[in-house]
Formats: sequence, structure tokens, C-alpha cells
Amino acid sequence: MHGFWRWLAEKWVLLLGFVLLAYLFVPIAVVMLLSFNQPASRNTTYVLDLETFQFTWNNWTDICGAAGICDSLMRSIYVGLSATVIATILGTLISFALVRYRFIGRGSTNTLIFLPMATPEIVMGTSLLTLFIGLQIPMGFLTILIAHVMFCISFVVVTVKARLAGLDPRLQEAAMDLYATPWQAFRLVILPLVLPGIVAAALLAFSLSFDDFIITNFVTGTSDYTTFPMFIWGSNLRGIPPQVNAIATAMFLISFAFVIAGQLRTRRRSARRAATS
Amino acid sequence: MAALLPTASGTPAAATEIPVEPPAGMRRRKWIPYALLAPGLLWLAVFFVYPVFQLVMASLWDPSGSVETGYTFAWAFSNYADAWEMFHVQFLRSLWYALITTVVCVLLGYPLAYAIAIKGGRWKSLMLVGVIAPFFTSYLVRTYSWKAILSDSGPVVDFLKWAHLLGPDGRLLATEFAVIAGLVYNFLPFMVLPLYASLDKLDVRLLEAARDLYHGPVRSFFRVTLPLSMPGVIAGTLLTFIPAAGDYVNAQLLGGPNTQMIGSVIQSRFLIVNDYPIASALSVMLMATILVLVTIYVSTAGTEEVV
Repeated sequence: MHGFWRWLAEKWVLLLGFVLLAYLFVPIAVVMLLSFNQPASRNTTYVLDLETFQFTWNNWTDICGAAGICDSLMRSIYVGLSATVIATILGTLISFALVRYRFIGRGSTNTLIFLPMATPEIVMGTSLLTLFIGLQIPMGFLTILIAHVMFCISFVVVTVKARLAGLDPRLQEAAMDLYATPWQAFRLVILPLVLPGIVAAALLAFSLSFDDFIITNFVTGTSDYTTFPMFIWGSNLRGIPPQVNAIATAMFLISFAFVIAGQLRTRRRSARRAATS
Repeated sequence: MAALLPTASGTPAAATEIPVEPPAGMRRRKWIPYALLAPGLLWLAVFFVYPVFQLVMASLWDPSGSVETGYTFAWAFSNYADAWEMFHVQFLRSLWYALITTVVCVLLGYPLAYAIAIKGGRWKSLMLVGVIAPFFTSYLVRTYSWKAILSDSGPVVDFLKWAHLLGPDGRLLATEFAVIAGLVYNFLPFMVLPLYASLDKLDVRLLEAARDLYHGPVRSFFRVTLPLSMPGVIAGTLLTFIPAAGDYVNAQLLGGPNTQMIGSVIQSRFLIVNDYPIASALSVMLMATILVLVTIYVSTAGTEEVV
């Protein structure tokens, strides 16, 4: 008994941490559970009641069964990939300029990068809507892409900048002392070292774009370019098809597998490095 | 300012940033940084700065116009008075909910970040994955999931009724509690990540030193740990307060008519009622209020690392 209290006194913070993590996991577990439920009607998809719970595989076997659901998923992936490519390139260029060069206007550039992150999404959404209405640009894929690239750029800059700032600037000089041209030094020395930061930024940009609802809601207008979050929102009145839960569960499991695989890889690599040195 | 965000390496960029002299061969080509900046900054100028300017203009349009007849610019400051008159309840409620959300997020997020950064040990990286795990599913689905959890026949209501904490026809959905619970859940990771980043940098030897100087755990927490993690607290509160104040998903899905937030009003004024001048005035008011509050907050809290 004494040992238990001592153990608790030592570990209670960690235990509290795990309890809080469990809290973060509760809604995810509920979505997983509901992905195996056959609701009485679409209006009860999000009613958690064990008495009326009806086990089924249908939401998984017929995952595209609700009209438009998989089309919207493909659109979200397409928008996400396009926005990620553009935002990652533009953002990486900016972070190189900010970290590697001193120039007039550096401070105001930093402010301009910071502002979109400090602006509520609803303000960005409404202002883009007034712009597109004013210029009479038809809403659809293009307006959504423009918006997504816009709010992703700042997050890319911040992520890549952190990685770049940690690099020793003498590495490039060393490469050039060894007769590398500036381009070779960049491609063979700097780029491989910054790449993990760029990959992290791209993943962040994709997840921001893929999951964005508030801004997308404003720049979709009356077009039928429905992304996955817009599909869920639009289903609200008619009731949400239970397949949404299966897709959300699959999304969770796939991302989780990716992250764990990435972590195992870095761990194995550092273990190997420790073994060889 | 970059300290606002948790970064890949876990270190806020501003803290480690050292302005670097360019390598010798590049020093004379002054146009290079501008060429690197141009495409991205142009994008932000055209699709962020200019639209915000356009929004401010739209908030001063003549309110007698309509989508069909078009609007004319009229310095109509009365839009702001009208907007305040009609929607100050929702406006103040949003700031209030965002404030409560932020406070609860600090209270829950600090122990979690502390547990990961200081006590995490071999569990550290797995716990961090746990913090970002909610992002692996969709935001709307997570909020709908709370709707299921808090629903009238759901487990939480059942339990509260069993414990007589809720009357026989009491419910949680459509109450302030549900909206704030949803906001807290959705923005907690934004609080934990910057807190973790600043606690992770904390030199544990400082705590040992405090103990050697006969500080108890409580005193050394308030005099050493907390002050040193203030940049994380500030960044986390901003990352929580700003999106929470403008959010309308939680209020819409979990709340009722009495818990409507300003985001819902702006959304319906823009997309359903098509009352652009009032909706723009509300948006501008929200942005201006947040900018003022953030400026006051940051200058009072006094870290240079944030802005």
C-alpha cells in the first residue's frame, strides 16, 4: 500500500496526461463505433444509444453508397494536393528569403506572414467572398484553390523557417570551398537537409486544406464543387449518411499508420546511426 | 512572432533565428530575396490584404442597395451602429465563450503539455501523436460525434439523470455547456502544442536548482516553470481564442437559438440573407476587436517572442 502511494505521488502528472489524452480520443472512438451502426434513419446517424445500436458492416462494404460522398472525397483530395503543391513552393521560397538574406522590408514581410494566422477564418472567408463577388469571378474549384493556397502559405513559411534557421550557414560555404557551384551547394547540401521541414510543411498544408470548412463554405457559393466537409455540412438537413463515419474512421487509421510508420523509421535510423558510430 | 506555432522541430522559429550573412558569391545580387518573395507575397497581397480592404469598403456600402440592384459606396458608418444594435448580444457572447474556452483549455492543456514534456520519458512521441490524433479525422465529424455523445438518449445525459444532476427532461444539447465543451475539445490541441514546445525547452536542472534552494514543488512551479513557459501560454491562448471567437460550427451543431455566436450571424447574413453591408461590418468589428485585444494582451504579458 505504501509503495502504491509513493508510485502515485511520482506518476500522477503522467497519469493525468493519459486521462486527458483519453478525453481527446473519446469522439474518435465514438465515430469508430458509429461506423458499425445501422441508424433507423439518416437523422439518427449521430445519436449514440446502445439500446438502438444495430451492428452492420454495410457502411464499410458500401462506403461509396451515399450519393456524391466519394466524389466529394476525391474533390477534397484533388484540392488538397493542388493547394499543397502551390503553397509549399511559394512558402518555401519565402522562408529561404527570410532566413538566408537580409533585405529591406524583412519586418513587414514577417508581419504579412503572421497576419493570416491571427485572423479568424470567418473574416478571411467573408473578405474573399466580397472580392470574388466584386470581380464577378464564378465560384468553384478555382476560388476554393485560391483560398486554400492563401491560408496555407503562412503555415508552410513558419514550418520551413524553423528547419532552415537550425542549419549551420557554414555548410554552404564549406561546399563552395570544395568547388561546388552555388546551385550544386544548394541541391546537394542544403536541400536534402531542409527536406524534412518541407515535407512536414506539405503534410500540414494538406491536412489544413483537406479539412477546411469555414473558408470553403464562403468561397464555394452556389457551385456544385462540393468538398468532403461541405458534403457533410450540406447533408445536415437531409440527415448525414452513416458512411461518413466509415470514411472518417478510415481517414483516422490511414493517417495514424503513416505517422507511426514515420516515427518508427526515424527511431530505427537513429538506432542504426548509434550502432555504427 | 513565429513562436505562435509549434514547429516541426519543436522550437519556435523566432527563438533560434539568426540573421545570416549570405555566402560570398551571392552578396552582391540584391534582387534574389525579392525574387524569392515575390510570388508568395503577391498571392497574399491579392487574396488576403486586398480582400480585407474590400471587406472594409463593403462595410461602408449604402445599406439600401441589394444584390440585384448593386451597392454603392457611401461612407455609411451607420452600418456599424445598426450591426451593433442588432447583434451585440451574439457579439459579446462570442467573446465570452471564447474567453471561457481559452481558460478551460489552459487548465486542461497545461497539465497535459507538462506531462508530455517533463514526465513523458519514453512515452513522449506517442503522447504527442495522441495530441494531434483528433486532426486525423474531420473537424465536422468530430463535432457531430460530440453531438452524439451529448444527445438526449446518450450516455452523458443518462448518467447525469441517474445521478440526479439533471432533471428528468433536462438536456445538454442546445445549452451553453455543449457549445463550450465542443469549442474546448476542438481547440485543446492548439493550446497543448505551443505549451509543449516551450516546456520541452525548459532546462530540468533549473527545477533541481530550485529544489536545492529549498523551494517546494508548488513554489518552484510558480516561480520557475510557469514564468519560463509564458511564451507557450501566450501563443496557446492566442491560437485558441482567435479561432474560437470566430467559430460557428460548434454553436450551430451543438447549440440552440440562445447560444448563437457571431460567426453564425455573419455566415447567415452573407450566405442566406445576402445583407452584405451589415455582414461586412460585423466581420470588420470582429477582426478589429481581436486585433485590439491581442495587442493589449501581448504587450501586457510582455514577451517579445510573440509579435
